[in-house]
Amino acid sequence: MERIGVFLCWCGANIASTVDVHQVVEWLRDVNGVAHAENYMYMCSDPGQELIKKAIREKNLTNVVVASCSPRMHEKTFRKAASLEGMNPYMVEIANVREQCSWVHQGDKDAATRKAFNIIMSTISKAKANNPLETIRVPITRRALVVGGGVAGMTAALELAEAGYYTALVERDDTLGGKMRRLSRTFPYHEDASAVIAPKIEELKANDNIKLYLRSDVTEVSGYVGNFQVTIETRPTEGEDGAPEVVTEEVGGIVLATGYDLYPVAAMSEYGGGKVPDVIDGLEFEELLKESLATGAPVKRPSDGKEVESVVFIQCSGSRDPEHHKPYCSRVCCLYTNKQATLLTQQNPGAKALISYMDIRTDCKLTEEYCQGNIEEKGLVYIRGRVSRLYREGDAVRVWTADTLTGEKLEIDADLVVLAMAIEPSVGAEQISKMFRAAVDTNGFLQESHIKLRPVESSTMGVYLAGAAQYPKDITDSVSQALATASKIQSMFASDELHQDPLVALVNPEVCAACGLCVPICPYGAREVDERARFSRVNEALCQGCGACVAICPNKACMLKNDTPMQVLNQIHTFLGKEEPAQ
Amino acid sequence: MQQKIDPAKVRGEEVSQVEEIAGESMYRCYQCGKCSAACPATPEMDMLPSQVIRYLQLGLPEKVLKANTPWICASCLQCMTVCPKGVDLSRIMEGVRMMQLRHGENRIEMREFDEEYRKRAPQIVFISGLRKFQSLS
Ligand SMILES: Cc1cc2nc3c(=O)[nH]c(=O)nc-3n(C[C@H](O)[C@H](O)[C@H](O)COP(=O)(O)OP(=O)(O)OC[C@H]3O[C@@H](n4cnc5c(N)ncnc54)[C@H](O)[C@@H]3O)c2cc1C
Ligand code: SF4
Ligand code: SF4
Ligand code: SF4
Ligand code: SF4
Ligand code: SF4
Repeated sequence: MERIGVFLCWCGANIASTVDVHQVVEWLRDVNGVAHAENYMYMCSDPGQELIKKAIREKNLTNVVVASCSPRMHEKTFRKAASLEGMNPYMVEIANVREQCSWVHQGDKDAATRKAFNIIMSTISKAKANNPLETIRVPITRRALVVGGGVAGMTAALELAEAGYYTALVERDDTLGGKMRRLSRTFPYHEDASAVIAPKIEELKANDNIKLYLRSDVTEVSGYVGNFQVTIETRPTEGEDGAPEVVTEEVGGIVLATGYDLYPVAAMSEYGGGKVPDVIDGLEFEELLKESLATGAPVKRPSDGKEVESVVFIQCSGSRDPEHHKPYCSRVCCLYTNKQATLLTQQNPGAKALISYMDIRTDCKLTEEYCQGNIEEKGLVYIRGRVSRLYREGDAVRVWTADTLTGEKLEIDADLVVLAMAIEPSVGAEQISKMFRAAVDTNGFLQESHIKLRPVESSTMGVYLAGAAQYPKDITDSVSQALATASKIQSMFASDELHQDPLVALVNPEVCAACGLCVPICPYGAREVDERARFSRVNEALCQGCGACVAICPNKACMLKNDTPMQVLNQIHTFLGKEEPAQ
Repeated sequence: MQQKIDPAKVRGEEVSQVEEIAGESMYRCYQCGKCSAACPATPEMDMLPSQVIRYLQLGLPEKVLKANTPWICASCLQCMTVCPKGVDLSRIMEGVRMMQLRHGENRIEMREFDEEYRKRAPQIVFISGLRKFQSLS
């Protein structure tokens, strides 16, 4: 026979001013199986928890029901308190009489008091049928995988390797460095991008903890947090024949740092769709600048090698256009356009830089001062309005725009036009998302699991996100996020095993028909039909206890531990004041 | 040059009327100016198409009630084609023309055009600009 203790919290006046807490305790004392009932001002306080512990000790309780706020607030607190007295924490249940009762029935004390009692009774009926459960322990493979060898991926890999963990770095190109290899100088200090990245590449190559897979793709991923199996295929070097080499790595944590690509100029029919000569994207212009900076020769335009004297830069090309292109702001183009215009006037003295813009967004450290300084010193001319079209006119590119500040429609002939093209997820991001079960947002960027509080975690445990693959970022932010992912993985690797709530799904193999309906419905990939044993297994390390499989199973073979269909039905019956159905 | 803004007229009655006639919200427009950059008729206009929207956003309908821009607009839809927000400016122009007519600002009279012009003018002028030639009186 169970000996249940019920602890009703006043929550200061939150509950006690609406629910007659003394009356409820009176009623509870007459309930079969209730060995102890009391109320207290703040159950979650130290003296409150002490009351619970004392009663468990002295009255030898088998179950505890705390009637208080939502379980999201203090379920953990009370379970921990009970376990300190040797009670299995899963024998503790919370009856939510604040959010679901006192807060919504202010002004009707009688009804609220009766409802609070009913909520507690229904929770008692559930608690009675609870089983003691043990925390699920999952071993951890202390090795990491990083996908993408741009500045973000390289940073994460180096950090993990330096902390002593074996790290596999998979890069599909035959060189490391990502987009930074194509950049000339970096805002705001005009450092040589290649010179910044080169020593990092050397460090990586020299680190014994790093296994470098160049010209490689991940082709298959299985397993779960702490225990992934990843298949990597390496293509033979250019010109060599032979089959790709296939390797499987066992890793515990993963960083996805697959970066970005530029939205193609070909998609911008209003800007010539890539067919008008001397209309290039930002990365192509970086390469022109890079060459000019290396040789000391002025920037020349691609079509005929003419030294450029006038350049129109078009910001937000393909960005902030929900109607035709990308709805979002690409975040770094305001800054690099200002940088490019500045470097142009430095390399081609006397050249004019005209910048079409809607806003100048400078949300990175020091960049407002940087942009304003350049505008003053270099005489960059910003024209506020979006360019509507451009075309070849004789020797020049003719640009149609408006200046919304004067109310003039403008026509400009320029030697060269540079489009600050939108940043989009890199080619193949979709396959990466599918393979790693890392969700993407509406724009195809890998999605963080909470935009404020879990910004580097993907939707799959153990898989983290770094750099522009998650959203457009400058180098500073890409590096910060990469370091965060490395820290997350190191803190996982700091323990011997992962602990997980045991409130997971359970299958009755006798009843399961192995129909397999539960496999595709599970959002966490936790179900698999064991073809030999002819029933569907639950991978407890993956299961998040969402209940989708329970709902879909036509044979009622699945249930959630401590939330069985019988428990739920009993709760409803109790709540409605009906007899409990037979067990 | 100084203009007083009356907060009561921002999103006020008259602006709502234009929105209702046009079936277009004024506030979807984020003033990028791309429509004005695309409009082939700006040389004859006394304010840019995007400025027509701007004055309405600011609750200054009296400014656009005097403008010739809506009457110059040929409903060619260049602006809508390029607008990143999909705003159909030609409908807003129609809304403003209607408002002007209601205020008795009847800019164009058929008889003001000589016979010769009426023969030369392309058909589109008479079709898309039909309302312009309707006299209220
Ligand atoms: C024109 C331009 C100028 C810029 N100038 C500056 C500047 O001055 N200062 C600044 O701070 N930022 C600048 N940026 C931004 C900068 O480029 C990014 O912040 C930075 O490159 C992001 O690094 P990343 O590692 O996230 O991505 P990336 O550099 O794109 O690297 C991603 C890597 O992953 C690899 N990869 C992709 N998919 C896979 C896959 N499926 N499997 C294996 N490998 C894969 C790619 O080959 C690549 O090597 C500029 C951007 C542009 C477009
Ligand atoms: S960063 Fe600047 S140029 Fe790039 S999309 Fe945003 S506003 Fe436009
Ligand atoms: S849906 Fe139910 S019966 Fe079908 S395989 Fe899954 S557990 Fe078994
Ligand atoms: S409860 Fe949810 S997460 Fe667990 S096995 Fe069922 S469907 Fe998958
Ligand atoms: S519809 Fe009117 S405002 Fe728009 S582009 Fe044509 S003439 Fe200009
Ligand atoms: S193009 Fe569209 S959003 Fe831009 S100013 Fe014109 S109407 Fe407004």
